[in-house]
Amino acid sequence: MAENFGQTPSQTVGPYFAYGLTPEQYGYPLKEIASGRLASEDAEGQRIRIEGKVYDGAGAAISDAMIEIWQADAKGRYAHPADPRGSNADFRGFGRFGTGTDPDNRFIFDTVKPGASGDGQAPHINVTVFMRGMLVHAFTRLYFSDEAAANAEDPVLSSVPADRRDTLIAQRQEGPGGVVYRFDIHMQGDAETVFFDA
Amino acid sequence: MTDPTGYTPRDWGSHPPYIYADYKSTPLRGPTRPLVPLKATLSELTGPVYGHETIGKLDADLTKNGAKNGEPLGERIIVTGRVMDERGRPVPNTLVEVWQANAAGRYIHKVDQHDAPLDPNFFGGGRCVTDSEGRYRFYTVKPGAYPWGNHPNAWRPNHIHFSLFGPSYLTRLVTQMYFPGDPLLALDPIFLGTPEKARDRLISKFSIDVTEPEFALGYVFDIVLRGATATPMES
Ligand SMILES: [Fe+3]
Repeated sequence: MAENFGQTPSQTVGPYFAYGLTPEQYGYPLKEIASGRLASEDAEGQRIRIEGKVYDGAGAAISDAMIEIWQADAKGRYAHPADPRGSNADFRGFGRFGTGTDPDNRFIFDTVKPGASGDGQAPHINVTVFMRGMLVHAFTRLYFSDEAAANAEDPVLSSVPADRRDTLIAQRQEGPGGVVYRFDIHMQGDAETVFFDA
Repeated sequence: MTDPTGYTPRDWGSHPPYIYADYKSTPLRGPTRPLVPLKATLSELTGPVYGHETIGKLDADLTKNGAKNGEPLGERIIVTGRVMDERGRPVPNTLVEVWQANAAGRYIHKVDQHDAPLDPNFFGGGRCVTDSEGRYRFYTVKPGAYPWGNHPNAWRPNHIHFSLFGPSYLTRLVTQMYFPGDPLLALDPIFLGTPEKARDRLISKFSIDVTEPEFALGYVFDIVLRGATATPMES
């Protein structure tokens, strides 16, 4: 049997990730690899904004969380070799945003609405949550409130207890600036967001 | 035929729990309900790809990338290692991001109020991409220990924060590298939150072979990401 190396343990991102991982957002002089803006002018698809807050077990909005999102393009394609279709060149599909720069501690992503990837899943976005006080990151998923039919057929959503599914549904709102999906993340409490062992 | 997903589960025997009472921020922040199992789909088997085009010339040299009018203060070090999967196979072309305090134990971050000096020639953030054998390499200075508010007289051991993607969404890892022989490790709830059998994996090893004469001490820190099961499957 081949030698088995143990996984390197996770450790918290800590309170000081900003200048390393989200430097431009926080005003530090290092080019960042990703931001809250996923879609360039040229990316095809419906422009949407995703915003929300991360709440702790006392109901306070957390000001030092970092959210990462990973999604398909408007046609449901991922910019990765495991998706042979490939994404369009203008859309990488990865965003990263810290909750410390918005006065209300929101995370804000400007992106395009992902298409369905064609494997029976509803359009969705993978969401990863990091923060001081969390030794291991948490995985969750964002689905869209205006995709009720597709959501009803989605195998992952169906695997979640019915009374907790709505923690994964971002609520569509139409504002003067365009379409906003509201997606709050509750770490604990009655509305605790479903997190996955992915 | 091998398992088409190619990724082993997160080994919860190697990772800290969400809630670890001695680390006092965890009880209000970690999820309390059981995680819902998710069998990887295309959205988990893919993930962000950042290659060599991402890296600026000085990004992997923290002794230079924040320099304004001289060299940063502190003990110059080299931190290098291999990123690999659980079978020891290299993870090439993957982004490694690091951030750390300066030699005095002070972060450049605006909310760090520790009363230790900033270093005008040290920024503390950097990145590189692993080569075809999964190797990465940084030049930096040894970070200082710093106090934090977890409990009276609490000090973080010297450490460097690491962030890695690996080949898919599933292999994402944020961790911290520590230094051998640090007496603060035995007192640090962030380190001690890690299951005992896996703690050594977070401690780098001093290496005289990596050390560059007349220049910098060498530390080796190998990183093992989830993945690449070799389990044969019946077809
Ligand atoms: Fe730190």
